[in-house]
Amino acid sequence: MSAAGLVVAFHVPQGRAAPAPAPAPAPAAPPLPPPNAFLRIGTDDSVTVMIAHSEMGQGIWTGLAMLIAEELECDWSKVRSEHAPAAPVYKHTAFPVQMTGGSTTTWSEFERYRTVGATAKDMLVRAAAARWKVKPETCKVANGVVSHGKDQLSFGKLAEAAMALPPPKTVKLKDPKDWKLIGTPVRRLDTPEKITGKAQFGIDVQFPGLRVAVVARPPAFGAKLAKFDASAALKVPGVEKVVPTANGVAVVAKHFWAAKLGRDALHIDWTPPAGGGVDTTKLMAEFRATAKKPGTIVTKKGEIDAGLAGAKTKLTAEYEVPYLAHAPMEPLNCTVKIDGDRCEIWTGTQFQTGDQMAAAMILGIPPEKAVEKVTIHTMFLGGGFGRRGNPAADFVSEAVIVAKAAGVPVKVVWTREDDMHGGYYRPAYVHRIQTGLDEHGRPTAWDHVVVGQSIIAGTPFEPMMMQHGTDPTSVEGLAESPYLEGTGALRVSLHSPKTAIPVLWWRSVGNTHTAFAMESMIDEVAHAANQDPLAYRLALLKDKPRHAAALSLAADKAGWSTPPAAGRARGLAVHESFGSIVAQVAEVSIENGQIRVHSVTCAVDCGIAVNPLGIEAQIQGAVVFGLSAVLHGKLTLTGGAVNESNFHDYPVLRMYEMPRVAVHIIQSKARMGGIGEPATAPIAPAVANAVFALTKQRLRTLPLRLA
Amino acid sequence: MKLDINGTVRDVDATPEMPLLWVLRDILGFTGTKFGCGMAQCGACTVHLDGQPVRSCITPVSTVGARKVRTIEGLSTDGSHPVQRAWAETDVVQCGYCQSGQIMTTVALLAQKPDPSDADIDAALSGNICRCGTYARIREAVHLAAKLSRGGAK
Repeated sequence: MSAAGLVVAFHVPQGRAAPAPAPAPAPAAPPLPPPNAFLRIGTDDSVTVMIAHSEMGQGIWTGLAMLIAEELECDWSKVRSEHAPAAPVYKHTAFPVQMTGGSTTTWSEFERYRTVGATAKDMLVRAAAARWKVKPETCKVANGVVSHGKDQLSFGKLAEAAMALPPPKTVKLKDPKDWKLIGTPVRRLDTPEKITGKAQFGIDVQFPGLRVAVVARPPAFGAKLAKFDASAALKVPGVEKVVPTANGVAVVAKHFWAAKLGRDALHIDWTPPAGGGVDTTKLMAEFRATAKKPGTIVTKKGEIDAGLAGAKTKLTAEYEVPYLAHAPMEPLNCTVKIDGDRCEIWTGTQFQTGDQMAAAMILGIPPEKAVEKVTIHTMFLGGGFGRRGNPAADFVSEAVIVAKAAGVPVKVVWTREDDMHGGYYRPAYVHRIQTGLDEHGRPTAWDHVVVGQSIIAGTPFEPMMMQHGTDPTSVEGLAESPYLEGTGALRVSLHSPKTAIPVLWWRSVGNTHTAFAMESMIDEVAHAANQDPLAYRLALLKDKPRHAAALSLAADKAGWSTPPAAGRARGLAVHESFGSIVAQVAEVSIENGQIRVHSVTCAVDCGIAVNPLGIEAQIQGAVVFGLSAVLHGKLTLTGGAVNESNFHDYPVLRMYEMPRVAVHIIQSKARMGGIGEPATAPIAPAVANAVFALTKQRLRTLPLRLA
Repeated sequence: MKLDINGTVRDVDATPEMPLLWVLRDILGFTGTKFGCGMAQCGACTVHLDGQPVRSCITPVSTVGARKVRTIEGLSTDGSHPVQRAWAETDVVQCGYCQSGQIMTTVALLAQKPDPSDADIDAALSGNICRCGTYARIREAVHLAAKLSRGGAK
C-alpha cells in the first residue's frame, strides 16, 4: 500500500529538560509509516503490535500496545506484542537511530502509535463501508467489530481488504475524555510467558548447529594479551575451537559448561597495564584534589568570588559516589550466525542501529547495506539499565568477531564475573560545593565543581551531545536546578578526567549523583538556617508549582507534620529528570548499626499517565535500584582490575531490605515525561537526609556508612 | 544417567560434575530456569528436588539420582498454578528474568507454610534477587497465592 498523501502532524518535542541524548533538530514532517509496519491483524481477529523499542521490564510492551488499541478500538484481549525488526521505519521519533533509553519511549511514541491505530481503524471502517455500500461515517466501531445497523464484520474479516486501501490523508485522534484504556491500570501483556518460563531472553536462544562461547578477557583495564596456550582447553570434552577475539581468547564448545571449563583450562599471559593500572583509592584522591579548582564552566551568573566573600554564612561540602555496575539479572550474551554476506544476531539490546552498524563494519558490509544484510532479533532483555545500550556495541561486536573466527553460529555467554568485570560502569564522581547564605538562609552564592569521567566523550554521540566542551550528562539535574534560579552568584564547572575505565549511562545517568549532591546540600543549608527541610524547600520553590506540589503531596502522604515513631526519622528530596518530577520521603531507623529504610512515599508528576499500574511498578523498581546504590553498591579497582565479582561482594537490595513504597501519581496536564528512570535519582538524598535527621551524621559518600 | 524431569524420565549424557542448571538448559532445552550468578547468590536457577528448593547452578547432576526434578515448566501447561495466577493478578513481573526462581521458591514456601507471614517471606525469598525491584508485588502475590491455594476468594 502506498503511504503517498499520508499527511499527519508529526511533533518532535521541544524545550523539555534534556533527556540523554539530546534530540536531533526537528525534521520536516515525514510521511507516517504505513500501519502494517506497526500492526498486523490476523483472520482470527488477533492484533499483533510491532514494538519499536526494547522491552527490559519497563512495560512498553504493554504501554505502546495500549496506544494503538485505544485508537483502533480493537478487542484488548486479542492484542499481543512482538519486538520490531531493526529497520529505519522503527527509528526513534526524536533521534535518528533505533534505540531505547532516556525514559523516552512512551512520550516519543505517544503520537505515532495512536496515529497508527487511528489510521488502521479508518481503513477497516472504509473496507466495511465499501462492502455494505454505505458511508463510512455511518459505521460504528467497538471491540474489534465494525457495524452498521444489524450488519457486523470483525477486524479479522476486514483486515486484508482494509490494508489494500489507500491510507487516509489525515486522522483525528480521540479526545482524552473519550479514552477507555489510556489512563487506566492495565496488566502487562508479557506476563503469561514470563511466569511460565516460556519467555525467550537472549541467553535462551537455541537452534541446531549453534555453539556456545565463553571469552577470556583482559583481567585489568589496559592489560593486553601477550600469548596463550589452548592445548589443555582443547582437551576438555565438548570444546571444539579456541579463537582469538579483538583483545582476548574465545573458547567455542557444544554448550556453556564445556566452554567455561575450556576457558578455565586456557593458559594466558597478559601484559599488565602501563603504569600499573587504575587504583580507585588513588583515583578518588586525585578527583578530590581536582575538585578544589573550578573546571570548564557549565553555567555562570554574577560574580562567584565576590558572592561567596560577601555572604553572611558559608558552607562547604564534598560529595562522592563510586563506580557502579549495572548488574542486570541476565548476564550479557549475544548470538551470531553469519551466512555469506549476511549476518543474523539474536540478543537483548537497547541500541539496534549501533549494533547493526558495528556488525556491518566488522564483516566488511558497506554501511548503506547494513540494514539489509544485518538482521537483529531483539529478544526480551533480562534487565538493561543502560548497559545494553552501548554506543561502542561491545558485546555484539565481540560476538560477531567470535562467530567470524569460529566459522560456526555462536552464542557468547558472559558469566556474572565477566559481566561485573566487563566495564561500562556508572562513573565515580566528586562534587565540591561552596555556598553563601543570606540572613534568611537562602543561597545567594553557589560554586559547584564536578569531577568525573565523561560518558559521551569518544563515542559516536560526542559531536551531537557535547555542549561547549562539557558533557551535559555529567551535570544534568544540577546546572538547571530550580533551587539556584534565585541565586545571584552561581558557577557550575566540570572536570572530565580520562581513565582506562570504560563508562556508560546507568539508570538516571547524571541524576544518580547530581540529585544526591543537590538535595543533600540543600538539606544541609536548611538545617544550617534552622529551618524545617520541607518548609525551606517550598520557600525556594515558590515559583515552581509542579515541584512544590509533588513535594507537598509526598510529605503529606508520609505524615511529615506528625513525628514518626521513636527511633525513626524522615528525610525528603525532590528532583526533576527526563521530563518528570519525583518527590520522595524516606523513613529510616538504625538497627544493629545498619541503616534500615522502612518506607518511601513517592509523588510523581509525569504529565499524562498512560498506565498507572505500570507507573507504580517503575517507581517502585527505580527506588529499589537506587537503594542498592545507597546502601551497598561500590566497585573498586586495584592495578586496573575490578575487585568485586559477584553478588557476594557486590551486594544488591534483597527482599528482607525492601521498604514499603507508596506511589502517588499527580493528575497533571503537563507534557508527558519519562518514568523508567526519574525515581532512582532522589532516593539517595531522601535516605541520607533521613539519616541526618535521626543521627545528626551528615553522610556525603555513597554507599552510606555510619561512623 | 536417567533424570526424572517434570514427571518424565529422560536419558541424559553429561559429565557428573556438570551443574543441573546447564543440563536442564543446554542439554534438555528447559530454558525457563535461568543463570544469574553461578554461585547460589541470586536464586534465578531455583528448581525442586523432591519438592525441596535447590540452586541448580551448584547442584552437580550426578547428585540428583532418583529425586524428582521439577522446573518452572512443570508447574502447569498454561500458567494456572495458584502461584502463577497470583503473579498474574498482582502484575508482578517486569523484565521477568528472576521470576522463574521467585515462583519456584514461593511454591516450596507455601508447601511448608500455607499462610506465611512477612517474616517467613523475607526468610524464604531473600535468596532470590530482583534487579527490577518487584519485591513489593512479589510479597503481595505470595499472600494472594496462599489464599488461592487454600481456595479462598482473592
